[in-house]
Amino acid sequence: MAQAKLARSEQINGWAFIAPAMVLLGIFLIYPIIWSLWMSFQVGKGMNFSFGGFANIVRLTKDPVFLRALGNTCIFFVVQVPIMIVLALLFAAALNDASLRFRGFYRTAIFLPCVTSLIAYSTLFKSMFAQDGVVNKAMLFLHMTATPIPWLQDPFWAKVLIILAITWRWTGYNMVFYLAALQNIDRSIYEAARIDGVPAWARFTQITIPLLKPVILFTTIISTIGTLQLFDEVNNITVGGPSDSTLTLSLYIYNLTFRFMPSFGYSATVSWSIVVIVAILSFLQFLIARDRKPAA
Amino acid sequence: MSAAAMIRRGIVYLLLSIAAFVSIFPFYWMVVGATNKSADVVTGKATIGGELFANLATLFATIDVPRIFYNSAVIAVLGTVLTLAVSSLAGYGFEMFRSRFRERLFALMLLFLSIPFAAVMVPLFVMMSSAHIVNSFAAVILPGISSIFIIFYFRQATKAFPSELRDAARVDGLKEWQIFLFVYLPVMRSTYAAATIIVFMGNWNNYLWPLIVLNTAENKTTTLIISALTSAYVPDYGMILVGTVLATLPTLIIFFLLQRQFVEGLLGSVK
Repeated sequence: MAQAKLARSEQINGWAFIAPAMVLLGIFLIYPIIWSLWMSFQVGKGMNFSFGGFANIVRLTKDPVFLRALGNTCIFFVVQVPIMIVLALLFAAALNDASLRFRGFYRTAIFLPCVTSLIAYSTLFKSMFAQDGVVNKAMLFLHMTATPIPWLQDPFWAKVLIILAITWRWTGYNMVFYLAALQNIDRSIYEAARIDGVPAWARFTQITIPLLKPVILFTTIISTIGTLQLFDEVNNITVGGPSDSTLTLSLYIYNLTFRFMPSFGYSATVSWSIVVIVAILSFLQFLIARDRKPAA
Repeated sequence: MSAAAMIRRGIVYLLLSIAAFVSIFPFYWMVVGATNKSADVVTGKATIGGELFANLATLFATIDVPRIFYNSAVIAVLGTVLTLAVSSLAGYGFEMFRSRFRERLFALMLLFLSIPFAAVMVPLFVMMSSAHIVNSFAAVILPGISSIFIIFYFRQATKAFPSELRDAARVDGLKEWQIFLFVYLPVMRSTYAAATIIVFMGNWNNYLWPLIVLNTAENKTTTLIISALTSAYVPDYGMILVGTVLATLPTLIIFFLLQRQFVEGLLGSVK
């Protein structure tokens, strides 16, 4: 009897603790997602829409602006995420060395960018990377370039600028996750490797990276999602320009819904394209991480 | 230390110092810029000027500074408190009271972690307008309160919560909610501190959703109003940078107050 009562109380408590969160997720996540899936098969402007079958998906494949935004988003993701993850790992490995001086200073300094407010950092990047701004001046002074780089005016450099900006902001954030995970690795493993004459680089690739794999996977997925949803930076630094060269999928959805004549159905289709990409990529990253396990 | 090791050490210091410089320079630039005329900021003047008070005066004359800070503060503080409450309860619940069904629910929920906000923003906006709460703080805060990321984080951290404490509390006759409130919460201080930083930063800097759902100037947040200043045809950078310094202060203060617990809290979650 007592056993059954205990089990029942476990059940009641289990549900009671998670109920508020689950109800809210149901209202503000599950319901909108189902709605947006349904919307993605509707055509029409504003609140007048009718069932359009696969019309939106056909439109998607022929829409040059969508393909542009998709291409840009993929470039940001393919170039930026690996650079950031590698940098964050290297910084974390360097800062994990207990004999290093000023560790606290370096850690705080590198983490600081992600504490800045979004507007502060986009404004700063916009003014620092202006045609006659401080970055061009410094580069001219150091003879790294002969003419000022048109960071905000040239389609290629605008992309570079966005990648620099995101990397600046989020590398320290990822680093802290690795640092925290590294603290749990037994230092004697490193000592043993050192005594056995394993060089620093090999210690990094053979010990650090395999042991951090779960955290790396986690941060890679989080960063992938973040980059695929990129909106704040491009809307504030380049407004998607010049000539759509930094237009991202999220910005395009925003434009479709709130800047142009609203077409909810089509914008829902575009947003579902992100869901599909994220799902595929997360699955691939998960597979890759799992496959390598026996080798590690 | 051998010569090679010393050189290697030197390179590590050099690279870390470059990284630290690159990370900090924009902050220096922001503070210096706040004391200079717009023309000087744009042309890259990197020394302190005498325009700080003039810039402050222009900022206060251009936008309603107390109002937008009040809006941001209410949204960020309420949003953070509610998110921590709801999401930590759920994280604790999932870890402490296991059942096969709830484990499946948790796994399903993690799948939804990868749903981008863009996919739900349009339906959310339509929902808010049919509930007639567009342009309210509630509309800004509500969708973020139950955060899958924070639930996951708390569940991970709860794994490190000593079960003897919970058993002892049960023997003492405490109810489950009392155990959560009076035993778990104080013990998990640093977990809460780390989550506070992450959630507060997210709320304070939130841009896309407030941009959509807030549509009158008196309800807009600091982030929205100051970012709108930068899109002026001839932006007054001196004034804007004063604004950005002010907008960065709250998150900086929170970070420095909670920094120690932050690292400890993250540690707990990845164990």
